[in-house]
Amino acid sequence: MGNVIGIGAAPKRKEDQRFLTGRGNYVSDIKRPGMTAGVFVRSPHGHAVLRGVDKSAALASAGVIAVLTGDDVKVEGLGGLPCGWGISDAKGVPMKEPPFPMLAQGKVRYVGDMVAFVIAETPEQANAAAELLTIDYEVLPSVVGVLEAVRPGAPQLFDDVPNNICCDWELGDKGAVETAFRKAAHVAKLSLVNNRLIGNPMEPRAAIAEYEPGTDRFTLWTTSQFPHVVRFLMGALVLNIPQHKLRVVAPDVGGGFGVKQFHYGEEAVITWAAKRVKRPIKWVASRSEGYVSDRHGRDHVTEAELALDEHGKFLAFRVNTLANMGGYLSTFGPNIPTNLYGPLLGGVYTTPAIYCNVKVVFTNTVPVDAYRGAGRPEATFVLERIVDVAASEMGIDRVEIRRRNMIPKEAYPYQTPVLVQYDSGDPMGCLDGALVAADVKNFGVRKAASASKGKFRGLGYSTYVEACGLAPSRFAGRLGARGGLYESATVRVHPTGQVTVMIGTHNHGQGHETTFAQIVSEKLGVSFEDVDIVFGDTDRVQFGMGTYGSRSLVVGGAALSKATDKVIAKGKKIAAHLLEAAEVDIQFEAGNFSVAGTDRIKSFEEIAGAAYVPHNYPLEVLEPGLEEQAYYDPVNFTYPGGCHIAEVEVDPETGTVTLVSYTAVDDVGTVINPMIVEGQLHGGIVQGVGQALFENAVYDEGSGQLLSGSLMDYCMPRADHMPMMKVATHSTLCTHTPMGVKGCGEVGTIGSPAAVINAVVDALSHLGVTHVDMPATPNRIWRLLQNASLPVAAE
Amino acid sequence: MQISFTLNGRPTTVDVEPATLVAELLREQLNLTGTHIGCDTSQCGACVVHLDGLPVKSCTLLAPALDGATLLTIEGLQGAPGSNQMHPMQEAFREHHGLQCGFCTPGMLMTAIALAAEKPDLTESDVRHGLEGNICRCTGYQNIVVSVMAGAAAMNAAKGE
Repeated sequence: MGNVIGIGAAPKRKEDQRFLTGRGNYVSDIKRPGMTAGVFVRSPHGHAVLRGVDKSAALASAGVIAVLTGDDVKVEGLGGLPCGWGISDAKGVPMKEPPFPMLAQGKVRYVGDMVAFVIAETPEQANAAAELLTIDYEVLPSVVGVLEAVRPGAPQLFDDVPNNICCDWELGDKGAVETAFRKAAHVAKLSLVNNRLIGNPMEPRAAIAEYEPGTDRFTLWTTSQFPHVVRFLMGALVLNIPQHKLRVVAPDVGGGFGVKQFHYGEEAVITWAAKRVKRPIKWVASRSEGYVSDRHGRDHVTEAELALDEHGKFLAFRVNTLANMGGYLSTFGPNIPTNLYGPLLGGVYTTPAIYCNVKVVFTNTVPVDAYRGAGRPEATFVLERIVDVAASEMGIDRVEIRRRNMIPKEAYPYQTPVLVQYDSGDPMGCLDGALVAADVKNFGVRKAASASKGKFRGLGYSTYVEACGLAPSRFAGRLGARGGLYESATVRVHPTGQVTVMIGTHNHGQGHETTFAQIVSEKLGVSFEDVDIVFGDTDRVQFGMGTYGSRSLVVGGAALSKATDKVIAKGKKIAAHLLEAAEVDIQFEAGNFSVAGTDRIKSFEEIAGAAYVPHNYPLEVLEPGLEEQAYYDPVNFTYPGGCHIAEVEVDPETGTVTLVSYTAVDDVGTVINPMIVEGQLHGGIVQGVGQALFENAVYDEGSGQLLSGSLMDYCMPRADHMPMMKVATHSTLCTHTPMGVKGCGEVGTIGSPAAVINAVVDALSHLGVTHVDMPATPNRIWRLLQNASLPVAAE
Repeated sequence: MQISFTLNGRPTTVDVEPATLVAELLREQLNLTGTHIGCDTSQCGACVVHLDGLPVKSCTLLAPALDGATLLTIEGLQGAPGSNQMHPMQEAFREHHGLQCGFCTPGMLMTAIALAAEKPDLTESDVRHGLEGNICRCTGYQNIVVSVMAGAAAMNAAKGE
C-alpha cells in the first residue's frame, strides 16, 4: 500500500505545478502549423436591419484569406444555435424559439451580434480587413430593459414574438396562494431589481479549429466547460459533422463560472471556416469583445409578496418576475429564470403555498444565460430580502422570524410546494453556527464604535438552499431539458497498478485533478501520486456533460465511485481465481485482496499485473484487462444550504459601503478536500459580494449600447475590497449520492448578495431606508441618504 | 528592428515590429506563454513581468523599451540557485491554495514578489492594496493574501540565511 490520501484530507493540488511555473496549456497558448487568424466583426447597433455586407475591399486587403457572413451560412444550409431547454407556459404552449443564426441573417439584435468572420494570415491583417467591410445597417430603435420591452409599442425583436415575450411561465398553486393571502395578518411587499452581471472569467474566450482533409476530421480547441456537449450540439445540430469526425478539446481553461458552458456561435463559425480555408484558424477574444459576446447573467425585475400570520409564520409567497433573455435563446437560457428559480423560492422555510410567474423576455442585449448560481441567487435574494422587510414591518427580530419558519432538521426529507424535495439539511444548525462565528452578540458594541466615527454599521443575514448536482435526467426532462444530465467516468488500471481516470466533467479551477484522485486513492488503496485525471478531450474521454451547476463531484464523482466499485468487483474475481477461493470469500481492504479469515493475500498491483499478463488467469470466465466505466444519473438534486452573515460600515459622507466582516456556515455534505472547499466558498462569496456592491452591466435604453463594456467601467471585486472571511461547514450528508456529497461551487454566490444588502439596509434603517437595489455603489447610497434626509422620505 | 535584452538570465536578441507589445513578443515570438493577457485596458494584471526588477504590465509596454534591459517572466522564477525548487512565493501559493484556474497566477506571483522585495514586513493591508492591479475571479483573494504574506516571510528568511 502506497501513499493513500483519501476523503477528508487536504493534499496540495496536483494541477498547481504547471500553473505556478507558467506551463499551463490554455487555448490561446496553442499554436498549430500554418495557423491563420480569425476576427469576428460584430454589430455596433443594438437593433438594425442588416441590408448587406460588401466584402470586396476587405477581400482585397493584404493577407486576407476569406470573409464569411450570414449569407454564406444560409447558402450552405447550416443550422442555428440550438437551445438545450424547451419550457412551456401554464397551458402547455411551448416557448417562442426564434432561430439563432451563427452569423446574423436579416437583422442584428444586440451590440456584439456577429455579422462577419474575417480570416487572414495575422491578427493585425484580419483586424485591418475587418475595418474595410462595408456593412449596410438600417438602424432600428432598441429596447434593453424588460419593463420597456413588454410595453405596448415597444420595438419588436422578432415578427412572431408578440410583446417580446418568449414564454409566460408559472409554477405553484395560484389558488392556494390567493386563499392564504386573504387570511393573512400581514402582507409584506417588495419590488426589486436583480442586476445584470458579466461573468468575466480571467481567461477570455478563444478557439482554434483545424480540418484534416486526409481523414475528414475536425478538431476544435475551445475554452469550454463541456466539450462533449459542444461536440454534440455543434456537430449534430449545427454543422452536420458526424460525431466520430469531430474532436473537441477544452484544455486548461481559465475560469468559467457559467460563461463557458454554452455552445457559442464562434465555435461553429470557426470550425466551419477551417474546412473552407483548409488551414487552422485561431480566434482569441479581447476582454472588450467578451463584454459584448460572453453570455450575461441575472437581470430580473421582480414584485414579491409574502403573507404572514400574526406570529410571523409564512402563509404564502407570491413572486412575479420579468427575466431578460437578451436577443436570442442561449443554450440554457430559458431554464435559468424558471426551473432554477421558482423551485428555490421555498428556501429553508415551511411556506405552505408558493406561486411564481416569470415572463421570459427578449431584448436588444447580449443573450442571458447561467452565471454562477444561475437562478438560485435570484430566488434567494427575493426571499431573504422580503423576510427582512416582513420582520421589520411586524417588529419581529430578523433571526427570530427565520427560526419560526425554518424547516427543522428532523422534518427532512421535506417536500416543498414547488416541485423539489429536499433530502437532508439542518438550516437551524447552520444559523446557530454562523451567529456564534460572526460574534453577533457583540454587534451592538461594534455598531456604537462605528457610530462614534460617524459611520453607520449594519448586520445582514441570509439563509439559503440550492438545488444542485444537475441533474436527475428524468426530472429535468419533465421540466424541458432536451438532453440527459448524467456523468461518466472510466477507471483505467495500468499493468503496474497506476490509474488513469477519464471523466466527463471539466476542471477549470475547481481542483478536480486532486479531489478525484483522492477518491480513487481512498477506494482502491493506491498512492495519490499514482492517479491521474484526464478530462476535456472528446478523443480521450468517452462522454460527459461537463462542469456546471455544482455537478462535478456530485454527479461525476458518483460515476467515478461506481467505476472504482466495478474495478474492485472484477479484481475480486481475479483474486478468487489466483487465491483458489470462492469469490464471496474475497475481501478488498486497504489496497489488498484477501481470503477472509486467512493470510492469503494479493496486492492491487499483483491483481492488475495478472489482468494484463494473464498466464495464470481465468480466461474462460473473465476477460483480461482492468478498466471499468460507469455512468451515473442522480435520483434527485442535492440541496446544499447554509447561513451567511455580513457586516458593513457605511460612510454617510461618501456613500461608500465597506464590507467589514463576512461569515458563512455552509452545508455541502461530505467534504472530500477541505482546502479546496474553502477556496470554492471564498471565491463564490466574493462573486456574490461583487453583485451586491460593485458589478452592474448597464445598457443605454435607446441605442442599446453597453455602457459598462470594459474593466474600467464594470467594477470587479479586488483584493482591497474584502476583509478576511470566516467560512466553515456544518454538514448533513446527502442521502442519495454515493459519498454523501452535495456540491460547493455555487453556495457562496447564492448566499452572499442577500446577506450584504440586508446588512446595508440594516445600517440605513434608522433613516427609513427599507430596500437598496444592487449594486449598492457609493453613488446610489449617497443619493439615498440625500433623499432620506427629506421629510417626505423620513416617515 | 533588432533589440537585445536579458531574458530570464540569458542574453536575447530579437527582430520585432516596433509596435509589438512585450506581452505579444513573449507569447507569440518567444513562445513564453506563461505571461497571460486577460484584458485590453491594463486592468487585470495577468501579464505582469519584472523590467529591471520592477513589476510592469507587459501588455502596456512596447518591445523597443526592452533594449538593454533585464526582463524576468514567470518562466524565469526559481528557488535557490542550482536547486530544482520553485521560488518561495510559488511554493507559498501552492501551500496556501492561492490559485484555482491558474490564469491570473503568473501575474499575481510577479506582483507579489515585487511587493515582498519592496517591503520586508508586509501587512495584510499592504498586500491587499499592493494587489489592487491584479484581478482574480476564482479565489476571492483570501488565499492569495495568505500566500503572499507567507511567501514574503519565506523570502525574508532566505535572505537572512
